Amino acid sequence: MKSYQQTFAELKKQDRAALIPFFVIGDPDFDTSLTLLKTAIDAGADVLELGIPFSDPIADGPTIQKADIRAMRSGMSLARALEFIRQIKGHKDIPIGLLMYYNLIQQYGRERFFQDFHEAGVNSVLVADLSIDDAEEVTGPARAAGLDTVFMVTPNTAPERMQRIASQTTGFIYTVSLLGVTGSRQALSGTVEGLIRQLKGLTSIPVCVGFGVSQPEHARSLAQAGADGVIIGSRLVTMIESHLNAPSAAREEIALFLRQVKAVLSHRPPKRCPSGESATQ
Amino acid sequence: MKHSGRFGQFGGYYVPEVLIPALEELEEAFDRFHEDPAFVAELAQLFRHYAGRPSPLYHAKRFSAHVGFQVYLKREDLLHGGAHKINNSLGQGLLAKYMGKTKLIAETGAGQHGLATAMVGALLGMETKIFMGVTDIERQSVNVHKMRLCGAEVVPVEGGTGTLKDAINDALRYWTANVTDTFYLFGSAAGPHPYPTIVKHFQSCIGTEARQQCLEQAGRLPDLVVACVGGGSNAIGMFAGFVDDKNVRLVGVEAGGKGLETGKHAASLSAGKVGILHGAKAYLLQDENGQVLDTESISAGLDYAAVGPEHCYLKDTGRARYVAAVDDDVLDTFELLTRLEGILPALESTHALAYLAGLQGKLPPTTIAVANLSGRGDKDVGIVEKARNQ
Repeated sequence: MKSYQQTFAELKKQDRAALIPFFVIGDPDFDTSLTLLKTAIDAGADVLELGIPFSDPIADGPTIQKADIRAMRSGMSLARALEFIRQIKGHKDIPIGLLMYYNLIQQYGRERFFQDFHEAGVNSVLVADLSIDDAEEVTGPARAAGLDTVFMVTPNTAPERMQRIASQTTGFIYTVSLLGVTGSRQALSGTVEGLIRQLKGLTSIPVCVGFGVSQPEHARSLAQAGADGVIIGSRLVTMIESHLNAPSAAREEIALFLRQVKAVLSHRPPKRCPSGESATQ
Repeated sequence: MKHSGRFGQFGGYYVPEVLIPALEELEEAFDRFHEDPAFVAELAQLFRHYAGRPSPLYHAKRFSAHVGFQVYLKREDLLHGGAHKINNSLGQGLLAKYMGKTKLIAETGAGQHGLATAMVGALLGMETKIFMGVTDIERQSVNVHKMRLCGAEVVPVEGGTGTLKDAINDALRYWTANVTDTFYLFGSAAGPHPYPTIVKHFQSCIGTEARQQCLEQAGRLPDLVVACVGGGSNAIGMFAGFVDDKNVRLVGVEAGGKGLETGKHAASLSAGKVGILHGAKAYLLQDENGQVLDTESISAGLDYAAVGPEHCYLKDTGRARYVAAVDDDVLDTFELLTRLEGILPALESTHALAYLAGLQGKLPPTTIAVANLSGRGDKDVGIVEKARNQ
């Protein structure tokens, strides 16, 4: 099973950031979701960040909330998610991080949850509603099962908490670009580059950035600011939502978009062109 | 955080990292100000002259004669705004002012907490947004008008079933994005630490007064103290006055909706399993996968899938007992109290009275029961009429 360490080491040699698309497992249904995920992998995804639908996703904006509802209505459950992940791993061995809410893990049973999902091919589980203060509730069973740990840092996280978060993290730090919930934004937050620099100064763990990242331009500037990975969710989920009756159109749009993003993930500074467009590849 | 916010295994603060600084700031401010003499004096002044505290304890003699034992009603319905919610909104609103915050947000179910917060927002000159589910906006439209008249913005929430849980979800999301200048004035004794502790503190005046008033009027402590429980703010405030009196039985009455066996109810303590919602570990109505279930109750204020963590602890330790009253019995009791005493109780509070009505003839006549009449029922007249015409 491919590890985060292997993936980020390979990317370091290529001097570029990881392309990390986010999807809700089973949105809008099991089979379509699987096809779309394979498309994303074939378009160059380096890591997958996958959401498990929850009835009350308080860290998510309207786009992901609707995706959760679609996935739940089509019968997605933790048991089906295991099968889904096995099929993804059958397509390609790619690191998978889950992003989910704590109650689902509690009800499944913590130890059994981490064992079963590690066996299915999951590398890490980020619990959206669990802060570093209660991290030991999951780090023990996660590490025992062989999983890496991933935690969030936000623009208002105090420096000493950042240090604690970095010390508990073995996979990558999920850096939230802004104060707010998930969702596409027109512009990146002005504070995110400083945040990346701050984190890079205190840890060698990869720093990936998500929330509000919706344009190739955003990805380009994050990669150039030193981000080790760029997580794009709501923009992709919107593509599913706008083509619910034409999954092949969603597939084409997602593939095209991810290829555009993939092309601008170099860490190297751009050469200036007269048009203002940068040519990094 | 300085404190764990645990009540036994319950409570805590299961929230996204982004909310931690705001909860830490709130905990620190509460620790600093809640016993500060200037803060205490200002709040006492507001309680007395703005809200109308102390509220009376009324020996409801005709209702007592009907049930066959002595029932005393703690008249929180007589407070400004018509419910106990003003206690907590004044307390937290003042805390927001001492913290230098200028904007308030709140969730509301029946609209009583939203109204109390809108009033306090007007009083303190703060910009106020109230998140309210679309179902609740429809069934509690009078309160929506009142909130708007006080200058608050009522934000309709469409997610889920458009009730209290969904309003809390969106209020938390909004807070996440506006956490630096906005104070979340949480209305229930639920949610992440430090809210259950703060809400209990500002509501404990109910129980403290009731205990003193019962001693004065009846010459002894009550045998039984009853309050309705949704999230549990009025009940925890009432119980706070009696929890150390081991011979006083505490009973919380949840929303039994159409009956526990139908699954259409909001009785988290009676029928839920331990889970995590809105930042706290508590009894939660959920399916076998851990998805939170839709709830149903004739009273918007009790229509909630979880419950305050301290109630969970009181249940598990056996210090309090929790039962449920079904909608039909609540409607009967609403009419009963109105006819016998000329008091319109809120449908929420009527759950506590319905439990007492169910004990008719089963207790010695000298038994003393104190029930929290947490709000007035003017807002519910249309609902009762509609239910009776069906």
